[in-house]
Amino acid sequence: MAFTATLTTEAGTATIKLTGEIDASTAAQFHDKLDEAVASAVQRLVLQAEELTYLASAGLRVLVFARQKLGENVSIVITGAADPVARTIRMAGLDRSIEMTVA
Amino acid sequence: MSVQENWERIDVVPTREISGYRVRRGRPMPYGATIVPGGVNFSVFSDRATSMALVLFERGAPSPTAVLPIPESFRVGSVFTITVFGLDHENLEYGFYADGPYDPARGDRFDSSKVLTDPHARLLSGRETWGAEPNWDDIYQYRSRLLYDDFDWEDDRPPGIPFEDLIIYETHVRGFTRHPSSGVSGPGTFTGLRDKIPYLRELGVNCVELMPIFEFDEFDNPRVNPVTGTKLHNYWGYNTVGFFAPKAGYAATGQYGMQGDELKTLIKDLHKAGIEVILDVVFNHTAEGNEHGPTISFRGLDNATYYMLTPEGYYYNFSGTGNTVNCNHPVVRDFVLGCLRYWVSDYHVDGFRFDLAAILDRAPDGTPLPNPPLLEQLAYDPLLRRCKLIAEAWDAAGLYQVGGFPSYGRWSEWNGRYRDTLRRFIKGDPGVAGDMATRMVGSPDLYHGRSASASINFVTAHDGFTLMDLVSYNDKHNEANGEGNGDGANDNNSWNCGAEGPTDDPVIQELRLRQMKNAMALLLVSQGVPMILSGDEVGRTQQGNNNTYCQDNELSWFDWSLVDDNAELLRFVRLMIAFRHAHPLVRAAAHPLGADPSGRGGPPDVSWHGARAWAPDWSPGSRLVAALRTGTDQDGKVERIYVAANAHWEPAELELPGSGWRVVADTGAAHPYDIYEFRYEQPTVEDRYLLGPRSVLILVGQDN
Repeated sequence: MAFTATLTTEAGTATIKLTGEIDASTAAQFHDKLDEAVASAVQRLVLQAEELTYLASAGLRVLVFARQKLGENVSIVITGAADPVARTIRMAGLDRSIEMTVA
Repeated sequence: MSVQENWERIDVVPTREISGYRVRRGRPMPYGATIVPGGVNFSVFSDRATSMALVLFERGAPSPTAVLPIPESFRVGSVFTITVFGLDHENLEYGFYADGPYDPARGDRFDSSKVLTDPHARLLSGRETWGAEPNWDDIYQYRSRLLYDDFDWEDDRPPGIPFEDLIIYETHVRGFTRHPSSGVSGPGTFTGLRDKIPYLRELGVNCVELMPIFEFDEFDNPRVNPVTGTKLHNYWGYNTVGFFAPKAGYAATGQYGMQGDELKTLIKDLHKAGIEVILDVVFNHTAEGNEHGPTISFRGLDNATYYMLTPEGYYYNFSGTGNTVNCNHPVVRDFVLGCLRYWVSDYHVDGFRFDLAAILDRAPDGTPLPNPPLLEQLAYDPLLRRCKLIAEAWDAAGLYQVGGFPSYGRWSEWNGRYRDTLRRFIKGDPGVAGDMATRMVGSPDLYHGRSASASINFVTAHDGFTLMDLVSYNDKHNEANGEGNGDGANDNNSWNCGAEGPTDDPVIQELRLRQMKNAMALLLVSQGVPMILSGDEVGRTQQGNNNTYCQDNELSWFDWSLVDDNAELLRFVRLMIAFRHAHPLVRAAAHPLGADPSGRGGPPDVSWHGARAWAPDWSPGSRLVAALRTGTDQDGKVERIYVAANAHWEPAELELPGSGWRVVADTGAAHPYDIYEFRYEQPTVEDRYLLGPRSVLILVGQDN
């Protein structure tokens, strides 16, 4: 599945819907989309990951970037991550700073 | 965002192009590969190389993407440096080609055909999944990679636990959770260990000492199991490939290059739980072996600097593993110091245990130095100032420095003498009572003028029998290692309690359990810092193998079903640890004087007793040691602690010094009366106590 990242912003919440695979070649698009979300001064960032099939190290890096860029007052939520993706995030320890919920 | 941040820095503009890459002269410090604005700075040392080239790979590709000769004008002294722009950090693997003379007699072993691993590489790839057969045709086995400096430590600070308050738990990252019974999400990894933090907290230890976690190659052991024919691994990992890189195969996320983050997350969470982290580090030798070993890094970069060489150019072997790192060469000292600083500052590590540390005080020609500069430098280094330094104060070439390791007021030592004496005492050997008494009060004979915490007390360690095997085997059983049972120590001071190996005899089983409790009780009431081998608290066995360096299987792994099966022993150890935490008297930093420390003629801080109070028996036939400690408890009240250890096979009728005693522990009593929870100790009104054979008694009392 081709990678897409769609951003919508509503009442201080930025939502990025992710589909396909985040690897070294697509992480930059994800990063750009996050930059866009950050620029709109959000209080909450939601990453919809139901249709995300793979997350490579480059994608994890983007999550680390998002966490540090947004600061601790902004909550980051990943919703509906499938098991392999959720597992990767947990093992890397990012679940400590990013909330993970089922969709 | 301030305006300046939007300006393009003019010092990050390339000055020329090499092999299609835009580059400029780099910065020599720091060594290794560092991400800088717009590019990556590479810096590598070689004194004798005539030329150096940077080799770039796309991740996993069999051959290089590019080779960039580093221009002579980019060299500062003996350091080659280059900044390369426009690299894909995620997918980059790099190494070096070093050219120079091949003249072993003069110490030079340059081989310009070999891609060399960066000694300062922060990550390595090539062994990301433990036990996955590598591609031996790969021209570059251990590939240097970049590490981002983006981990969020939050407010993490080292717990800063006073040395004398530590209870060290020695464990192996893989072995701790690899067993199917561990029930963790990432078995055998940093994540798996993180999942077991609640267990460590419950047990009460406040420091984990991790066996080597620097990148090594588990495939560097050529042997197979002689019976099963299965491949034996280098399981322990005392064969470092990359001193700055955490072992990728120990990370569930190693395939993602996230091993640095995963380890940092583990350390951060351990700190949150009040647990410090000590790394077992191996600077005495490397994975390159002797002249027949592989050329990985140091040998090809600067053989004569990094290794101790004989006048004929062969490798000195003080480590027993083929080569010896030239630790007191100024450049290598700098390397060791830089490495430790890195682990303290970037990974928040709390201390180090140095494998075969006696090598660290040998001069380049192998002679021991009276005032070894490396040890002094580590002791006073500003970044290492608060971390714990522990020496295994001997080496494989006969230099034995227990009690005499140059300490500079900082270094502690694995007290091998403590281990041997305690083992012999509980076994019932004659002539050990007096020595046991000395060990119980922090070995002042060895560490006079130093803190009691100079002594790391232990009964067992990864090297040798487990506690269960110590009381189950008279002889080692190392056949599975494929060395004809010739490997491993022979002087184990072990006793099988009447049958070699597993037995159904309930009398022997009971005695073994009691002997394990005796060892743990004495260890945890002794002054000095106790170290417990992971699994000993639940009676882990290696079936008599006392050298499981190559056994990546049930022999080495922590079997978590023992937590239930040996719940009685676990409870005993847990409550003994709690006892130690509750009673500063037994873990005091100062050795006792045997007199009233206040000088006012009050009770002495320690006094010795026998079957009769105030009458110790130090004769060769004595197997009874009883100590009375007097001092202040955690609430500031005057407290007395009486410890009697009867290693005889007959019971001992003890006359107690004073009265008003309460029983904390009596290993001769049946569960659950073998030990009591803090503040629930059992009163004894008697001034006599019948202590069973091969039993340890602990009493507390308060002076009113």
